[in-house]
Amino acid sequence: MEAYVNLFIRAAFVENLALTFFLGMCTFLAISKRIETAIGLGIAVIAVQSITVPVNYLIFRYLLKDGALAWAGLADVDLSFLGLVCYIGVIAALVQILEMTLDRFFPALYNALGIFLPLITVNCAILGGTLFMVERQYDLAQSTVFGLGSGFGWALALVALAGIREKLRYSDVPDGLQGLGITFIIVGLMSLGFMAFSGIQL
Amino acid sequence: MRRLRRFLDRFEPLFARGGRFEKYGAIFEMVDTLFYSPPDVTRGSPHVRDALDLKRVMILVVVAVLPCAVIGMWNTGFQANTALQAAGVDSIDGWRGATMLFLGAGPNPGSTYSNVLHGFLYFLPIYVVTMAAGGFWEILFASVRNHEINEGFFVTSMLYVLILPASIPLWQVALGISFGVVIGKEVFGGTGKNFLNPALVGRAFLYFAYPVQMSGDAVWTPVDGFTGATALGISAIDGMAGIASAGITWTQAFAGQIQGSLGETSAAACLAGGLLLVYAGIASWRIIAGVFAGLILPAVLFAGIDSANPMFAMPWYWHIALGGFAFGAVFMATDPVSAPDTLAGHWIFGLLIGALTWVIRVVNPAFPEGIMLAILFGNIFAPLIDHFVIRANIKRRIKRRA
Repeated sequence: MEAYVNLFIRAAFVENLALTFFLGMCTFLAISKRIETAIGLGIAVIAVQSITVPVNYLIFRYLLKDGALAWAGLADVDLSFLGLVCYIGVIAALVQILEMTLDRFFPALYNALGIFLPLITVNCAILGGTLFMVERQYDLAQSTVFGLGSGFGWALALVALAGIREKLRYSDVPDGLQGLGITFIIVGLMSLGFMAFSGIQL
Repeated sequence: MRRLRRFLDRFEPLFARGGRFEKYGAIFEMVDTLFYSPPDVTRGSPHVRDALDLKRVMILVVVAVLPCAVIGMWNTGFQANTALQAAGVDSIDGWRGATMLFLGAGPNPGSTYSNVLHGFLYFLPIYVVTMAAGGFWEILFASVRNHEINEGFFVTSMLYVLILPASIPLWQVALGISFGVVIGKEVFGGTGKNFLNPALVGRAFLYFAYPVQMSGDAVWTPVDGFTGATALGISAIDGMAGIASAGITWTQAFAGQIQGSLGETSAAACLAGGLLLVYAGIASWRIIAGVFAGLILPAVLFAGIDSANPMFAMPWYWHIALGGFAFGAVFMATDPVSAPDTLAGHWIFGLLIGALTWVIRVVNPAFPEGIMLAILFGNIFAPLIDHFVIRANIKRRIKRRA
């Protein structure tokens, strides 16, 4: 149990996808102008991330990995070169399913998320989470916790950035830095604060 | 005083709009308002009338931090003199030694005069460099961007100096304050528009850029070849037993007679300054109480836990006395710009900082002290805390009306 808590904290804070790996920057910078939309997108990312990482794990483990097809009698087949294509396909399909489910059963949330929901397909933080799972050789439980933790960390950073940007609406940023420039500086300063967690061991 | 007024008035047209030195108007304004309350009133509405203006607030904070500075100087001098005496050196090299000799003081840890003077001679160059480098950026931005030079920098520079180790190279001092002032504050438009505490941004920048000069056990006492770890550094390895065998008593730690940065060691002086700030209505007592509660609660709850980590066993009153905790809680966390604005938000913000400080001190072996990063982390979430407190208020009122 302790190992999972540790993994969650590592994924959410120490190795925050947005603030230490700078993944998913396009959506991170674009959808952080208002807190409300940031929260919506954050929840969607948490949902997608915590489903795709374990699903991709299963695909990797039982279909793609070197020798994974042993159950089908093909012990010396290595399909891992198909990894990227499969993962992206899974992510796109899952986002589609999630979108249809939300549309059917939670229309209010579906309308609030709007265009951001399909945009999650091309969010590099999602694909990054899956690739980290492969690279670090997590098992099923670990990849579930990792997916949940990394999605949560990304969402937390996104909502915090949205809060800061709403506060800074009253600031007086020099002309050349307005917009994206100052946002990049804010993100850099935020990762300075997130350094508080680097090295935490439970 | 009237002569001074006339003197200032004579030069005013030169610096006013259209005058020859129009570009330097910010500097004139700074000097003028330092001596006289300006006659200007707020333009536009809403209009708040108060006898207290920003300049008085900032000067009061500097006054409140003075006890920390003086005790810090004494402690720096005391530690240096003790180390010199232990090494068998009876004269101090360089300009510090010459100045002390001229003023009739030697490296004698028994003499308060010698201790304070020795510490002051370490404080002074760091402070001068901070004022020069930071002031340069302040004036540059004020004249180019046409805003006033803000007194906030007096506080920032003072706090920044007090959280540096005494042996820091002066070029790093200049680099750190430049980063803090420019990236931490001026790119957002100056005082009141930043979202992190500029002094802490400068300190954190130095901490990660030059860890050798900012942490460890050789930097706190500026004597060559002397090593003395901070109490938190010792306890991170050996727990309370290590502190006891280093001969540090709680009273010493509380009064500030321990290894540490220039002015942060004395929890007693910080609390005295905090009382003044709270009495004057400048610092939020909710934030200070929240930070203390946030640290004390987990320290009490987890005190009995059976763990290989010796920091779990550190009692809460030791946590408060050691490191920069009291200094951060009183002077850094209460910065009205980077803290939340709502009253409930003050509590949440304080608790978050205090608890995170405990977490970093106890379960994060990478950093022995955590208050600096905890406050920066709290600053990041301050706008969000405000947002949710306000949302909750709106919801409650709608419910009450319905």
